[in-house]
Amino acid sequence: MMKRVITTTVINQSGVLNRVTGLLMKRQFNIESITVGHTEQPGISKMTFVVHVEDQRKLEQLLKQLQKQIDVLKVNDISDKAIVTRELALIKVLSPPAVRSEITSIIEPFRATVIDMSKNVITVQVTGDPEKVEAFIDLVRPYGIKEMTRTGATAFVRENQKTPSQQLSIL
Amino acid sequence: MSVQVNAKQAEALGGDVQKQAVQGADIFIQSLQNEGVEMIFGYPGGAVLPIYDALYKNPIPHILARHEQGAIHAAEGYARVSGKTGVVIATSGPGATNLVTGIADAMMDSLPLVVFTGQVASAVIGTDAFQEADIVGITQPITKHNYQVKDVNDLPRIIHEAFHIASTGRPGPVLVDIPKNVSNEVFTMAEVKQTEVNLPGYQPTTTPNFLQIQKVAQAIQKAEKPLVLAGAGVLHAKASEELTAFIEQTGIPVTNTLLGLGTIHGEHEQFLGMAGMHGTYAANMAICECDLLINFGARFDDRLTGNLEHFAPNAQVIHIDIDPAEIGKNVPTDIPIVADAKEALQALLKLGIKSDGIEKWTNHLNSMKEEYPLHYKKEEEGILPQEAIELLHKHTGGDAIVTTDVGQHQMWAAQYYKFNHPDHWVTSGGLGTMGFGFPAAIGAQLAKPKETVIAIIGDGGFQMTLQELSLLQESQIPVKVVILNNQCLGMVRQWQQTFYQERYSQSLMPSQPDFVKLAEAYDLEGYKVTSLDEADEIFEKAMNSNKPVLIDCRVKQIENVYPMVAPGKGLHEMLGVK
Repeated sequence: MMKRVITTTVINQSGVLNRVTGLLMKRQFNIESITVGHTEQPGISKMTFVVHVEDQRKLEQLLKQLQKQIDVLKVNDISDKAIVTRELALIKVLSPPAVRSEITSIIEPFRATVIDMSKNVITVQVTGDPEKVEAFIDLVRPYGIKEMTRTGATAFVRENQKTPSQQLSIL
Repeated sequence: MSVQVNAKQAEALGGDVQKQAVQGADIFIQSLQNEGVEMIFGYPGGAVLPIYDALYKNPIPHILARHEQGAIHAAEGYARVSGKTGVVIATSGPGATNLVTGIADAMMDSLPLVVFTGQVASAVIGTDAFQEADIVGITQPITKHNYQVKDVNDLPRIIHEAFHIASTGRPGPVLVDIPKNVSNEVFTMAEVKQTEVNLPGYQPTTTPNFLQIQKVAQAIQKAEKPLVLAGAGVLHAKASEELTAFIEQTGIPVTNTLLGLGTIHGEHEQFLGMAGMHGTYAANMAICECDLLINFGARFDDRLTGNLEHFAPNAQVIHIDIDPAEIGKNVPTDIPIVADAKEALQALLKLGIKSDGIEKWTNHLNSMKEEYPLHYKKEEEGILPQEAIELLHKHTGGDAIVTTDVGQHQMWAAQYYKFNHPDHWVTSGGLGTMGFGFPAAIGAQLAKPKETVIAIIGDGGFQMTLQELSLLQESQIPVKVVILNNQCLGMVRQWQQTFYQERYSQSLMPSQPDFVKLAEAYDLEGYKVTSLDEADEIFEKAMNSNKPVLIDCRVKQIENVYPMVAPGKGLHEMLGVK
């Protein structure tokens, strides 16, 4: 299984998200996360998927099937490029006064922020690439996670690419 | 554009005059006329009343099927033989859902259709209103694209785009869902402008990459055992002449997929017959043994390839397809070419390639063709289904348009009816739809009124859409309905015999209507034939008649389609070869 980050530029028409996720379901691809939002151009949205695919052939098939959709303008597998990936997670951690300062000491190096607080629970917001978010969650888990929500990853290709990325033979 | 509307004037005058103003439904008809639509296959209902009213005032020939499924299969038959886009109208809810099988069928077999469905009024969409169904959601995975019209002023653009998408690139069905209020709404634009299609996300590649074409030429020159596989893409591209020229120029032997039949003359000396699950021995062995496989417009369907591990194990694979997503989907490809089959063939023809030193290969294939032809064991009494097809071929000289459903009769028709021309074979290949053949024959006959059209169907499939006999009665459409009646679901029974130790679970249908009386009930000529002599006589009479005829041709019940590649097996593991 390969984990791939795929971005698509789509025309922001009603049903386009449904069309794309329906396609992934029909062709039996597993989505780990999906994010959608507007871009700098009006009427154009960008989707970022993190998917697990079996092999190169399945991946090529996925990219081609996405490309085939009329509302999809561009498809890119950016996994092998130099990219920046960000995800946001909101986590409610059990924090009775006795351990509160201990938890805050974990929060600090992750540059996470406390955005809400009650008697025994603090709500933390953490952003970063999914691995960092994962690491943070692992660290606070022992204190007890009451509730958690994650946005899924969104990604950009870096302006400066060090190595040329592999081209797929789509023609 | 001829529709001129002075919307402001209409608005200012209000009341009765506004009723005179051009409404969505009028724009709809106007747009269809602009697209050159010759006929519509449809069925009215509540949500399309405004459209049918506009049709009443400004008629385009309309074929009133007796079930929406009949309408859409007829449109598929029309599209397949004419190369034009089939147009279907149905109402919301059940009208729309009755089209689903046909839409899926057209998607699988790449048939250009534009399907219009009525929808409940915008204000009540999403409230489970009377006859509401989310047809855009339902058909999203089985259409090339679909739309719901939200503003009447978008209607002309959407219709134009729908026709463009359906008929270009890899053809397919496009659905346009029109809420009732949209067809009633007054069109406020000054006129219907046919603008250029602006679809930045849809730019099909039709011209082959020349470097890739040169690679094909080199591969052909190197190959000792080349083989051409031609699929329906060649037909959609109207390239059978080019294909024939190409194989004659190069000398390469050729085989067909089920849907590709007719791309090459059925009796051409380089033609090995159909390949695949019920393909000929020569064709399947050619695929197993070839060292170069050139695929023009076939999608390497599992019924063709058998077990992929054993498919063309020694071959370098060239795949020419207009749909990039088909290339490499099932079979790894060495030389991929995204192009229209006609343009690719023309580019190859220009290079004047000859395949030298392949006599040993072609001789080998020819001897297999001679030694292991399609065969069946003749019997003294009764009619064998294969004999019936051969008789039909005899009486039509291979010139007829033949339509089928799915199953044994389909395979026998594919094996024994040798087509002289392209676009004369209309069958449900990908989806394998029972009930397809008869309505498809009606559409085919309407597209080609002068040709002989035979619907070769089974007794099971015919009973799924036989209500369309009304159409034959009504318009005297001279379709020849030949029921290969074995009183069972032949292919299901064959598999139960072969793989389930003859446990014929729900596949025998001893009780059925008297098909001759049924024909008479519709005021049509009907015959029952039980012997070869009778069949010979009635077939001759029917094929020379300019009227619709129904023939209940009783054939042997326990008869199997051979040769056969069992599911999961490779093409080299054929049963019933000799």
